[in-house]
Amino acid sequence: MTIFLIRRLMQSFVVLLIMSLVVFAGVYAIGNPVDVLISPEATELQREQTIQQLGLDRPMWEQYLIFLKNIAEGKLGTSFVHNRPAITLILERFPATFELAFSALVIAVFLGIPLGLWAGLRADSFSGRSIISGSIILFSMPTFWVGLLMIIAFAINLNWLPTSGRGEVGTFLGIRSSLFTIDGLRHLVLPATNLALYPLALIIRLTASGTSETMSLDFMRSARAKGLHAPRIVFVHLLKNILIPIVTVIGLQFSVILAFAVVTESIFSWPGMGRLIIESINLLDRPVIVAYILVTILIFMLINLLVDVLYSFLDPRVRLEKM
Amino acid sequence: MTPASQKAVEPTIEIENLKTYFFTRSGVVKSVDGVSYSVAPGEILGIVGESGSGKTVTGMSIMGLVEKPGRIVEGSIRFKGEEIANASERRLRQLRGGAISMVFQDATTALNPVLRVDTQMVETLRAHKKISRREALKTAEEMLARVGIPTPEKRLKSYPHEFSGGMRQRVSIAMALLNDPDLIIADEPTTALDVTVQAQVLLETQKLCREKGTSLIWVTHDLTVVAGLADKVCVMYAGRIVESGSVDDILDNPQHPYTIGLIGSIPSSNTRGRKLQQIEGTTPSLLNIKPGCAFRERCWRATSACQEEPPESSFGPGRTVRCFHPCLDGEQYESAGLNA
Repeated sequence: MTIFLIRRLMQSFVVLLIMSLVVFAGVYAIGNPVDVLISPEATELQREQTIQQLGLDRPMWEQYLIFLKNIAEGKLGTSFVHNRPAITLILERFPATFELAFSALVIAVFLGIPLGLWAGLRADSFSGRSIISGSIILFSMPTFWVGLLMIIAFAINLNWLPTSGRGEVGTFLGIRSSLFTIDGLRHLVLPATNLALYPLALIIRLTASGTSETMSLDFMRSARAKGLHAPRIVFVHLLKNILIPIVTVIGLQFSVILAFAVVTESIFSWPGMGRLIIESINLLDRPVIVAYILVTILIFMLINLLVDVLYSFLDPRVRLEKM
Repeated sequence: MTPASQKAVEPTIEIENLKTYFFTRSGVVKSVDGVSYSVAPGEILGIVGESGSGKTVTGMSIMGLVEKPGRIVEGSIRFKGEEIANASERRLRQLRGGAISMVFQDATTALNPVLRVDTQMVETLRAHKKISRREALKTAEEMLARVGIPTPEKRLKSYPHEFSGGMRQRVSIAMALLNDPDLIIADEPTTALDVTVQAQVLLETQKLCREKGTSLIWVTHDLTVVAGLADKVCVMYAGRIVESGSVDDILDNPQHPYTIGLIGSIPSSNTRGRKLQQIEGTTPSLLNIKPGCAFRERCWRATSACQEEPPESSFGPGRTVRCFHPCLDGEQYESAGLNA
């Protein structure tokens, strides 16, 4: 386990380094922030000064080395636009995105696994078929469109829920989140549900196919031959066997909705990281873009590591040292 | 076992005219087609047949584990006098793993790979008895020791994949013995094992059954296993019992051409250097099987009479043959082209 963790951390470091180069070069290629940042009325002298100040007069490789040196000192650069450290900007927005993604995932898991189990165990029944067809529909509908429909239906026509924003934020155990106030929860329902639809469909399908595959295996027959009660057969013998692919997808989807909740955040005006990155791309705020992408990569690597460690708890045959 | 002692006690299990059919899209598969037998307490019955002869489905029918599209269409299964063919799921669940337990062919796939052995044993006990986890663990440990697993208290904490093949099969036998069953159905449990391990497992199972008076149905395709283990034998072919009798009768004096063929295909010191006998042809598909004797197309004694269903004729207590042309004493080996 320790060897695995050390090796994994070293690998992650290399990946981060390579990705930082790719991202830096990519952002460099998008365009020159000077054109956006400096007002057209500025004099040539002011222009020169600003460029120098931002370090944009140096060649790209030199800028990259400075960037690496700053990272080594714990600085991810300062936003051109907000004139504040990029990492602070991102971390400020992180809780909002995290609570949204987390709520979405909870909805997807706690609805998806039972529905998938039902669909897998009763594959021939009307209800089982309906669940599977429903998941195909969920799969294929674009998120932004469903989001707009939900706003029209629940916020505008029925007037049950607010259309946008994060709502009131409460504090519980030192954590500030809109999960802790009624108003915050009311604001959270629609965007979280919207964000949950795709992972929900994925989890339903995976659980259902895993269930019908596993039910025909020998050890499920022996579980029944031992006279076990049905709940024990389904929730222990079956579920523990099909959980590996489900956990993989949950992990992947969590990273994806954390990093790319952009569409949902835009529709529901949710003040999260997704909105920040869209604004920063529009203004070519290089440090924020680079920092954001690096943070995203870090999240992906962290969740993947967590999933791999979870594997070894779920399946005793998994040896972490060999991964 | 004398006939008198068989009559005196109520049989543990008594099957009469059992028919289990599978209703598939391409037709009706008559996996078990009118099978009858009974097993007394402490008695060991060997059921012999090729793959697809219906021997496994017979066991699954007793357990009430026949899966769709299959079902028991006719016949009765009496367990200690109680009719359990098509009994309620509730009653069947109580019996399964309790009074009737089953050992499967391959312990590698029959044990849940992601649950520890103690979990799988404790749950079996607690599904049938109200006992504490601690008591259940103790019973489980004793049982592992009884089937010959060294350091059982440590092995309880292991996962199935951490055992060798032979040890794994012992674990699943121990699991079947946990609730002191009256009947154990063993479905080719030694097929996947080395011959030496197989012999050990056979010996120990036999011993445990004799001690506890447990009835045992041992399903196998291997006549040599039955020879050393069983009291009586049923030979199955295409969903029917073609011959039954005591193990000595069947081995020394087989009368059905199929049984003779089976015995003839076992290598022995007498057949050294000679070509082994084989039964020509293959097992017929059970799908829409033609009426008459199912073996007639592979049989050297078949006549036009075999187009009809051969009746079951009895040759003394517990001795039956389903054939128009049974081989009588002494003639069988010559007819089969074998030398005794």
